[in-house]
Amino acid sequence: MILLELFLAFLRVGCFSFGGAYAAIPLIRDVVLAHGWLTDEALASMIAVSESTPGPIMVNLATYVGSSQAGLAGAAAATAAVVLPSFVITLLVTRLLRALLKNSVFRAVLDGLTACVVGVILATGLSMTARAVLPAGVAGADMRMILLAAVLAAVLFGAKPLFGKTISPIALIAVSAVLGIVLGSL
Amino acid sequence: MKLLLELFWTFAKIGLFTFGGGYAMIPLIEDTCVEKKRWITHEEMMNITVIAESTPGPVSINCATFTGFRQAGFPGGLAATVGVVLPSFAVIYGLSVFLKTVLEIPAAAHAFAGMRIAVGLLIVNAAVGMIRRMELRALWVILMTCAFAVILAGEILSFHVSTVWLMLASAAVSLAVCLLRRSGTRGGRRG
Repeated sequence: MILLELFLAFLRVGCFSFGGAYAAIPLIRDVVLAHGWLTDEALASMIAVSESTPGPIMVNLATYVGSSQAGLAGAAAATAAVVLPSFVITLLVTRLLRALLKNSVFRAVLDGLTACVVGVILATGLSMTARAVLPAGVAGADMRMILLAAVLAAVLFGAKPLFGKTISPIALIAVSAVLGIVLGSL
Repeated sequence: MKLLLELFWTFAKIGLFTFGGGYAMIPLIEDTCVEKKRWITHEEMMNITVIAESTPGPVSINCATFTGFRQAGFPGGLAATVGVVLPSFAVIYGLSVFLKTVLEIPAAAHAFAGMRIAVGLLIVNAAVGMIRRMELRALWVILMTCAFAVILAGEILSFHVSTVWLMLASAAVSLAVCLLRRSGTRGGRRG
């Protein structure tokens, strides 16, 4: 039953995505690769689309994966599931949580979760970058992709120290799309 | 009923005009719900943001659910939450129908090849930003490094590690250390 599978998979994502959109990406990647719902490449393309369209990234990804597997019903099931945990938590425990945050045992659990999440995000980001730059492995390295990666990294990480401004995700994606077309047609 | 529609419509507009999601939405929600509509106070808005950071799920859902619930109970919470989700749902559902065709155009395929690199770098950048904002204690750094090493090893040697189980293990270690320290200080006082 694909709808139930989608619902349960994205409920898991909704329950464990501590730390917002980027924390959800490794979880969603786990889910779609394990079920064979998307390839790594299709997921990365879809994240680029999600960054450039309205709304929370994890909602966008849930809608897309659901739709690709089971049409409108699938999209609805996955989207409802990814939203449900924060909806319920907000309704039930907003007041209680404020007090809980001062509790040292609760904080310790939260610290453990966030530490792990940050490590996972870093590893996922590096691995997705490597796969995007070298889709055919080190042996099939394409100089144009390496050049593109170097330029994008310089723009992203150099904007703050050099110009005192950060570049927005959507602007970086626009730059990468234009450079991709230019280098690809050489 | 009028209030429910207003909640739905207001949050639908917020959902439609925030690109990239998450924290991009907070200034807009603050401007609309605190300054203009006076549905919630500045302090409540602060509280929701703090809680959103320590609970799973998108920040905008926490804000919408809380504001709607404050104004009109459970139906209000539901109206606002459906409102904030619906625009992105509609846009992505519409796109998903065309995306495969679009990717077959060579120029689009080249563009996406470039965009995938940007996405990877943005994810790295997000993690670096989180590390910078964190107050770095030894245990936190150790757990972070272990998680990083395990996932990266899994990628290189192609074995699968469940992120959820890794998170639960990390939380368990952190909890155990906290409890050990507590019993340690109590024992110290007795001695």
